[in-house]
Amino acid sequence: MNIYQDIILDHYHHPHNQGSLDTPDKSIQVSNPLCGDKIKMTIIFEKGKVLKVKFSGEGCVISTASASMLTDYVKNRSKHELKKLDSKFIIKMLGIDLGMNRIKCAVLPLEALHKLLV
Amino acid sequence: MIDIKKQFPIFNKEPNLVYLDSTATSLKPKIVIDKIREYYEEYSANVFRGIYPMSEKATEEFEETRNVVSRFINAGSPNEIVFTRNATESLNLLAYSLGRKIIESGDEIVTTIMEHHSNFVPWQVLSSEVGAIFKVIDINEEGYLNIYEKNDKIQMSNVKSITNNKFQNLKLENIITKKTKILALTYVSNVLGTINPVKEIIRLAKNINPKIFIIVDAAQAVPHLKIDVQDLGADFIVFSSHKMLGPTGVGVLWGKEDILKEMYPFMYGGDMINEVYIDRSTYKEPPHKFEAGTPAIGEIIALKEAINFLNEIGMKNIKEHEKKLTKMAIDRLVNTFGQAIQIYGPKNIEDRCGIISFNFGKFHPHDISQILADNGICVRAGHHCAMPLHTRLKVPATVRASFYLYNDEEDVEKLIEGLKKVEKILK
Repeated sequence: MNIYQDIILDHYHHPHNQGSLDTPDKSIQVSNPLCGDKIKMTIIFEKGKVLKVKFSGEGCVISTASASMLTDYVKNRSKHELKKLDSKFIIKMLGIDLGMNRIKCAVLPLEALHKLLV
Repeated sequence: MIDIKKQFPIFNKEPNLVYLDSTATSLKPKIVIDKIREYYEEYSANVFRGIYPMSEKATEEFEETRNVVSRFINAGSPNEIVFTRNATESLNLLAYSLGRKIIESGDEIVTTIMEHHSNFVPWQVLSSEVGAIFKVIDINEEGYLNIYEKNDKIQMSNVKSITNNKFQNLKLENIITKKTKILALTYVSNVLGTINPVKEIIRLAKNINPKIFIIVDAAQAVPHLKIDVQDLGADFIVFSSHKMLGPTGVGVLWGKEDILKEMYPFMYGGDMINEVYIDRSTYKEPPHKFEAGTPAIGEIIALKEAINFLNEIGMKNIKEHEKKLTKMAIDRLVNTFGQAIQIYGPKNIEDRCGIISFNFGKFHPHDISQILADNGICVRAGHHCAMPLHTRLKVPATVRASFYLYNDEEDVEKLIEGLKKVEKILK
């Protein structure tokens, strides 16, 4: 299955939640040294739930679309619930078949999120 | 070279394959695959052990590859050919068996910014272990080693007291000194494609310091250029079988016999031993001193078929063929995509091998290679095990297309068509 589907490309061209929060509770930057992808994520919590989240950085289509969709998903969800998210969830969320080498691109935003939840 | 694809069985299975990643590993011709099968089906015994005919046949075939390799690079003797697992292991062997014998605190090891990690990290680690100075020759904007130009930054170092500013009006004199024990450099850059003037560099370096040991990473050179180690003047060269149509799991280290004799063994164990007592052991002479344990017998036996194949076609013809394709590809890329294509490395086609690393618009190298892959085109994306070079080029990654004897003009056209699709999909 072609991974460059319209929905993925739409998130790549018009990413949701892009940018940086001014007064975040926490911020983190993660990178994939192999391809140079970098994602910075900022977050604000309220009563143990995610109130606001934004991301910025340079990435390929897959990592950008994954960050865009993941940041949509996390809003109003509890830290406890989000800690359980894994790579299987990301693959399901993207709805595309990723080879072993591209999984790393897709899970980079998740790595950032997990570090924000600690 | 019209019938060459027919010699490579993979094209029977994948007739539309556009394989542009021979810099990572080459495809294998039928005679190489057949030879491996011959060993496993007909005389799959260990070498140097059995007195029975099968083992003698295996040993004979095994040592014949040593002779063929020796002739191929014009070594002084087959005893100068050491079989390893790959070029990386050959370089690590040198860092252990030579480096740890001769490098002391305050000595210098010199390498270049365009090295593959395997010819960079072993020297970096050795330097930090023994307190040596690790010097790195820079490149200029066109991807040549910065060894001749004046008033330009030419080197970096792990020792802060040596600053780039100290080295102005530079020549090799300021890089190589009497304290430089090892110069380790690549013949051909696996990213830029630059063919370094290695023979000239060796001559100049040895003029400055006759005691220097010069190690040439020839992994990207031996498959594509005629190499004569005696003419080159290096002390060691390393290369890999799998990049020159041979099997994986086999590397070569060539070194001058008298130096090999002085070096420490690399690994200890089977095959490399003369005698073992409770309090001491003695070792075989090179090359066996460096070949501990059962080697990749079938693969080493088959390597000679790869060399015979290359010889039959002729290294000069291979080089010309790649040059023609590289020139065509660069022209087509630039003419089709203009400024959107950023190609790294020398502009003069005479100074480069069939390696083209590039970036395309704002598209990520991973996405480019993925879309090309979806269209049957195999290229590499990433830093190609040359992160210091990519940092120097100020890009995290590049796309790399590389050519070998089985590529043709149609492959170049398909690459161009593939990149048009990239533009269409991601725009």
